[in-house]
Amino acid sequence: MPELTYREAIRETLREALNNDNRVFLMGEDIGAYGGAYGVTQGLLAEFGEQRVKDSPIAESVLVGAGIGAAMGGLRPIVELMTINFSLLASDQIVNAAAKMLFMSGGQITVPLIIRTVSGGGNQLGASHSQCLEGWYAQVPGLKVVSPSTPYDACGLLRSAVAEETPVMFVEHSLLYNFRGPVPDEYYTVPIGEADVKRVGSDVTIVAHLRMVHVALQAAEELAEEGIEAEVVDLRSLRPLDTDTINESVMKTNRAVVVEEGWKTGGFGAEVVSSIMEHSFDYLDAPVARVAGQEVPMPYNRDLEQAAIPRPGDVVAAVKSLV
Amino acid sequence: MTTTERRLRTPTHEALGLTADDLLSMYTVMRLARALAERMWLLQRGGKTPFAVTAEGHEGVQVASAWALDRGRDMVLPYYRDLGVVLAVGMSAKEVMLNALGRAADPNSGGRQLPGHWFHAELNIVSGSSPVATQIPHAAGIALASKLRGEETVTAVYFGDGATSAGDFHEGLNFAGVHRLPVVFICENNGYAISVPSSKQAAVEDLAVRAAGYGFPGVTVDGNDALAVYGATREAVERARAGEGPTFIEAKTYRLAPHTSADDDRLYRSPEEVEAWRRRDPIERLRAYLIEWDLLDKRKDEAIGATVVEEVEEAVRLAEASPEPEPESALQHVFYEKG
Ligand SMILES: Cc1ncc(C[n+]2csc(CCOP(=O)(O)OP(=O)(O)O)c2C)c(N)n1
Repeated sequence: MPELTYREAIRETLREALNNDNRVFLMGEDIGAYGGAYGVTQGLLAEFGEQRVKDSPIAESVLVGAGIGAAMGGLRPIVELMTINFSLLASDQIVNAAAKMLFMSGGQITVPLIIRTVSGGGNQLGASHSQCLEGWYAQVPGLKVVSPSTPYDACGLLRSAVAEETPVMFVEHSLLYNFRGPVPDEYYTVPIGEADVKRVGSDVTIVAHLRMVHVALQAAEELAEEGIEAEVVDLRSLRPLDTDTINESVMKTNRAVVVEEGWKTGGFGAEVVSSIMEHSFDYLDAPVARVAGQEVPMPYNRDLEQAAIPRPGDVVAAVKSLV
Repeated sequence: MTTTERRLRTPTHEALGLTADDLLSMYTVMRLARALAERMWLLQRGGKTPFAVTAEGHEGVQVASAWALDRGRDMVLPYYRDLGVVLAVGMSAKEVMLNALGRAADPNSGGRQLPGHWFHAELNIVSGSSPVATQIPHAAGIALASKLRGEETVTAVYFGDGATSAGDFHEGLNFAGVHRLPVVFICENNGYAISVPSSKQAAVEDLAVRAAGYGFPGVTVDGNDALAVYGATREAVERARAGEGPTFIEAKTYRLAPHTSADDDRLYRSPEEVEAWRRRDPIERLRAYLIEWDLLDKRKDEAIGATVVEEVEEAVRLAEASPEPEPESALQHVFYEKG
C-alpha cells in the first residue's frame, strides 16, 4: 500500500475533490503560491488556477462568511483557516450562521462548507497560536467536527466531508503533517461519526483524538512492557460522537483514561467521561481518569510549554493509578 | 476635514527641527535594529531560538515614526515586526534578546509570550495578541481612556498592510474617528502579507485613502525615507495632541528578509525584486543624507557599526547567561493574585 504523509493525504484528497466536482474551490490566506501555512495546498494553484484556489485577504470572518454565501449560492467551498486560534475571528459566522442556516430556514438552506483548520501546540508558538478549540465547536448543534490522526483517516474523512450537506470543521494537527502512513489506492471513505480502535487491548481503554492518539499509542507500548494491555480508541469525529465504540471498549476493559491536549475544565474529554458514566457505569472497576493540558495559556519557553502538554508518561501514570 | 495626501519629497532635517544628534541617534538605532535582526537569524538557525521575526527594510519607518513621539510617555502598540520601534522608544538590545530566548528576566512576558509581542511597562509599550489587527481596537480604547482622563498622551499603533483587511482595523478606525481620539495609525506597507501581495489584499493603490471613510486624514509617505516619515508622524502627533483626532499614515516600504523563520520567500517573490529594494535600503538612504550634510564620515560610521555589533554580542551573552523561568512558575499569571 502506498505511504503518504498526513499533509500529502489531505492534498491528494483536495486535488481529487477539485477534479471531481467543479463546484469545489479552495479559499484561504497564503494557500496559493505559498501553498498554505503548513504546505497542504502546495501545487494546487498551478494545477487548478486562481478561480479554484483563491488567496484571500487576512479576514477570517469574510473567509467563512463568504464561504457560507458561496455555499448558499450553489458552490462547495473548502475554506482554510490558518489555525484554529484565528477561527475565533470567524466564530460568529461559524456558530451563528453556518451552524444554524439549515435550522433557521426550516430545513430549506444547506451550507455545504468545509472549514479546514489546525489545532494544537508543541511548536513554541505561544499563547494565541497553540490552542485546541475543536471541542468548543463540537458543542454546537449543526456543525460536524472531525479530527483525523493518520493519513488514512485524513483522506477518508475529507472524502466524507466533501459529500456532506452539513458544514464540517475539519481539524488537523500542526505536528502531524509529516507523519507517514498507508493510504490505499482503492477508493474508500471514513464515515463521519465512527471512532476507530487503533490498538486492541484488554486491560484499559485510552480514548484520545488528533495527536494525543499517538501519545496514547506510545504510552500503550510502554505499558505493554509491564504487562498492561491498553486499547486505544481514536475518536476521529467529535460530533457526531461514536459513543458505541467507546463504551464497547470500556465494557470489555473495565477501565478508562480519557486524554486530550487541550484544557481540562469543560474540555471535550468531559463529554467522553459522561458517556462512559451513562453507559458503562456498571462495568467500571475504577473511576475514569483524565489526562489533559495544563490550565494555562501556552507558554513560549520550551520547558514551560513541554510541561503544559500531556506526554506519554502522564498517560502511563494515569493508567497505573487505575490498575 | 478629510484629506488624503501622497508625499514624496524629502524635507531637510533642519526644516523638521531635528538636530544633528537626533539624526545620528536615529541612524544608530536603525543600525542596531538591523544588527539585532541579523543575530536573531543566526540564533534561530543555530537552534537557540525556535522562531525569528525581524524588521530588515522597515527600520526607516519604525525608528523615524517613533522618534516623533514623546518616547516613554506616549503609548505605543507595536506589532511583531516592530523591533525598530521598541528600540527607538527605549528597549535595550539585552531586553530584546531576553525576549527572543524566553528567559525569566524578559521584561515583555517573563518567557511566556512569543518573541516580537512587545511589552514594556516603564516605556508604555503595550503588548498584543497574535491575531493581526487586534491591537488596533486596543489603541482606540487606550486613546479613549487618556482623552476621558484629560491627559495629553498620544497613542501610536502599528500594523502591516495585511492587517488593514481585518475587521478590527475598520472597526478601530471608525471608533477612533467617531470619538476624535488622539491616535496615530501607522501602517508599514511592505507590499506583502506573508505571500499575499497587496493587489490581493486591497483593491486600492494607496491604503491611506481608507482614512477618508472614517473621517480623518490619511497620508502616504515613502517609508524608506526616514525624514519624510518623521515629518508626517510629527504632524499627526501634533494634531492628536491638539485634540484634532486621528491620522492614518501609510508608509510604503519593503521587507528585505523572509516574513519569519517559518517562511520561504522564494515561493512568491523574485530575488531581483528583493535586490531592487535592497538598493533603496532606508539605512543606506539616511547614511547618504548624513554624509551629504557632513554629519557623518567613514571613520565615524565604522565606529557606530562597531558599537552596535558590540552591543548585540553583549546582549546575547547576557541573555544566554540569564536563567530560564522556574518550572514551578509554569502556572503563574493565569488569574490575578495579590502580591
Ligand atoms: C487573524 C490572523 N490571521 C492570520 C494570521 C497569520 N499571519 C501572521 S502575520 C500575517 C501576515 C501579516 O501581514 P502584514 O499585516 O502585511 O504585516 P507584515 O508581516 O507584512 O509586516 C498572517 C497572515 C494572524 N496572525 N492573525
